[in-house]
Order: sequence, then C-alpha cells, then structure tokens
Amino acid sequence: MCLAIPMKIQSISGPSATCEAGGLTQTIRIDFIKDASPGDYVMVHAGFAIQKMSEKEAIDNFKLLEEIQNAL
Amino acid sequence: MLYDDFFKHPKDVSVILKRMEELTHITGPIRLMEICGTHTMAIARSGIKTILPQSIQLISGPGCPVCVTPTNIIDMVLDLSKRPNLLITSYGDLLRVPGSIQADNLLHRKASGSKVEAVYSPMDAIQIAVSHPELEVVFLGVGFETTAPGTAACILEAAAQNLTNFSVLCLLKRTEPALRSLIESPDFAVDGFLCPGHVAAVIGSDAFSFLSDDYHLPGVVSGFEPGDLLYSILELTSMIAQHQPALKNEYSRLVHSDGNPIAVQLINDVFYPIANDWRGLGHIENSGYAIKEKYALWDTWKKFSLHPALNKPNSNCRCAQVIRGTFSPTSCPLFRKICSPENPVGPCMVSGEGACAAAYQYEI
Ligand code: SF4
Repeated sequence: MCLAIPMKIQSISGPSATCEAGGLTQTIRIDFIKDASPGDYVMVHAGFAIQKMSEKEAIDNFKLLEEIQNAL
Repeated sequence: MLYDDFFKHPKDVSVILKRMEELTHITGPIRLMEICGTHTMAIARSGIKTILPQSIQLISGPGCPVCVTPTNIIDMVLDLSKRPNLLITSYGDLLRVPGSIQADNLLHRKASGSKVEAVYSPMDAIQIAVSHPELEVVFLGVGFETTAPGTAACILEAAAQNLTNFSVLCLLKRTEPALRSLIESPDFAVDGFLCPGHVAAVIGSDAFSFLSDDYHLPGVVSGFEPGDLLYSILELTSMIAQHQPALKNEYSRLVHSDGNPIAVQLINDVFYPIANDWRGLGHIENSGYAIKEKYALWDTWKKFSLHPALNKPNSNCRCAQVIRGTFSPTSCPLFRKICSPENPVGPCMVSGEGACAAAYQYEI
C-alpha cells in the first residue's frame, strides 16, 4: 500500500518538515515525533514520520546482529 | 547512512544459512508466517526463499490492508462514488480493488464520470477538501496501526480547521485480535511469526509478547532489509529448535519496546476498538477502529448513514485462503492464466503488498 522509507529532516515548520531521501525532497508531517530537529533521520509512512532513528540505535542494532553471528 | 549497507548486504550469508540448516535437523520442517505486506514484498524481492534450507517455509499472512478489506465494503464504496459532488480519495492500490463484479473498481468508475483521486497521504485529501469547498471529500482510511496515528492527526486537523466538507471512512484494522483469531482457528499451522516492524514502531515490540506468553509461539519483530530478514528467520528457527519461544526485537534501530507513545495516544484520542470484518478471517471482535463520537462530523459512516450489504465473495478467487496462509498463490487455478496485476481478480493480486502479486512478480 504505502512503503515506509527513511528520510533525513532538512527543515521544520510547525508540524511539517522538509525531508530528503535519495535526492528527492518531500514535505511530511512530524505530529508525533518528539524533539525532531534538522539532521534527524525519521521513518516516513503515508506522509507521516512514525519514529525517529538515531545513529546510536543503528550501531546497537548492528552490534546485536554481529553478536548473533559471532555466536554461530 | 545509519549502517544501511550492513543490513542491505549482510556478510557471511553462508554461515547464517549453514546454521539454519543445522537447526532444521532438530526442528524438522517449519512454517514461518510474515504478517506485514511490506515483508511479503521484501522477501520476494530479496530472493531469500530460494536460498533458505528447504525445510523452512515462509508464508504470507493477513498483512496487506488492501487485501483484507472485504468485497462488500468495496461494493459499498463503489455505490458511494455515484453520488454527485462527492470525491473519493485513497491510496492508489485500494482504487484498483474490484468489488463483487470483476474489473468494477474505483478507477473504472472514474473513467465513467465518478470523482476519484489517488493520494499519498491523508493530508493530501485534506488539501483537496480545502481547495474544493463545493465537493464532499471522503478519504478511505485503510491500514493497520502504522497508518492509524496519521489518520487520527488528519481528523484532528480537519476538526481544528472546522473543515465540514471532509470525512474519513474509517476502515483501519488492529493486528492483535486478528492474529489471535488466526492462531485459534482449526486450520492454523504456523511455528513462528515475523512481526511487522512498522506496526511495532508505533505500538511497540511488547505489543507482540502475547504470541509467546499466551500461545507459546516465537516472534521476531523484523526490519525489511535482507540482513534483517535472514537474522530474524535464524532467531525464529533457533527458538523453535530450543523450545524456548519468546518475543525478540531484531529491528531495534527503529522499534522500541513501548513504540511511539505519542502516536499511540493520538490513536486512543480519536479512535476506539470496534468489531470488524476481514476478508479471509471473518468477523473479529475489537479488530477495527471507529471514530469517537466527539469527531462524528468527520466520520463518513455516520455522515452518509452507510451500511454495507451482506458479503458476496468472488467464488473463483482464493484470496481468503491465501490471506490465512492455507493456500499458496501459485496453486490458484486463475493465477497467471486469468488473474494478473494488469487484470486482477482479487485484492491479493492488486496490491503491491499482496501475496499473489509478489508471487507473480518474483516466482518463476
Ligand atoms: S491468483 Fe488471483 S484469483 Fe487467485 S487467489 Fe490470487 S488474487 Fe485471487
């Protein structure tokens, strides 16, 4: 139906934000994202950011999978 | 960006596959179900099914919101589209789903004069309503918990703007009651679940703990890249081998145990759970959302006093069984012969996330 894609916030104006992904710019809503700021990565679904993603969490996620792999 | 490459191009795939193979010597043949249409497509596109050990079977469940919308609702909407000065908006896929008559869908109705517009976001539907005060704009709100908070935000926006020519036909569905109903059905035969990452991003990974707590079934909340899928399948296989069902969160870069509490609050502010009909699963208590009385002005059901007719399922289409994971798309006698994405008989072939469309595009 609608794919969710990760986008990077460029600027914020009220409940809306301009985001970029793969060279495409789009205006989305950030109604339910706490403390969103330019530079943040958000997962966007049907025109709304559903959650923020931090580099720290991506690294933790990466480590989790590495751990599983090392346990093999 | 955010370690994308690692998840997209996992290293040492052969080690993971070898471990899976070893585990299947303990488990025997197993069936894992994905319950998210985006997973169905991601699995098909990645070609993972072709490299997994033969004893691991991946099957699609009721995870495509367009596919689980029953025929009588589509018929009701087709009827609604006949009204003058009424414009129907929704996500593109839904507009192509046929009602009880094949090839009768909203896009065809548009060609014969009805007002129908595809939108990317419900906010676009609001914009159309603002610029066309002479039209009644109806947004067909399908989707699961991922789409629910955005739909709620739109209803609040319409209320804030006092936009009286806009309403939402709420067809939103809740995952948990549907899964419980599927698991409790007599033909249920699944050993573990790949849980929907973007639903969990909203309602939290904890929302899926009932799988292991109440049914002793393992679940892994998974991301959508090949690396995510491989690790999640490995985790499921290993929990099955060890007889230690639990709920794990593989997609921790996006999914928190409590999800996005602001989004959940928004859902609860605007909607309440209500019984709902699913294609393939039937009538399930508390499995849908309805708009609260406070926002009745923006509720299409109430605004136009709508009542769907009794269901007249298309007898030739096997979507209902495909959605339950009891029938594979390629076994359908209509598959490829009569039913194709260009000429779909059922919603599983229409939707980009449908199991039949995925099989059509990627299976030989
Ligand atoms: S192939 Fe077509 S007719 Fe057969 S189950 Fe899928 S959508 Fe229905």
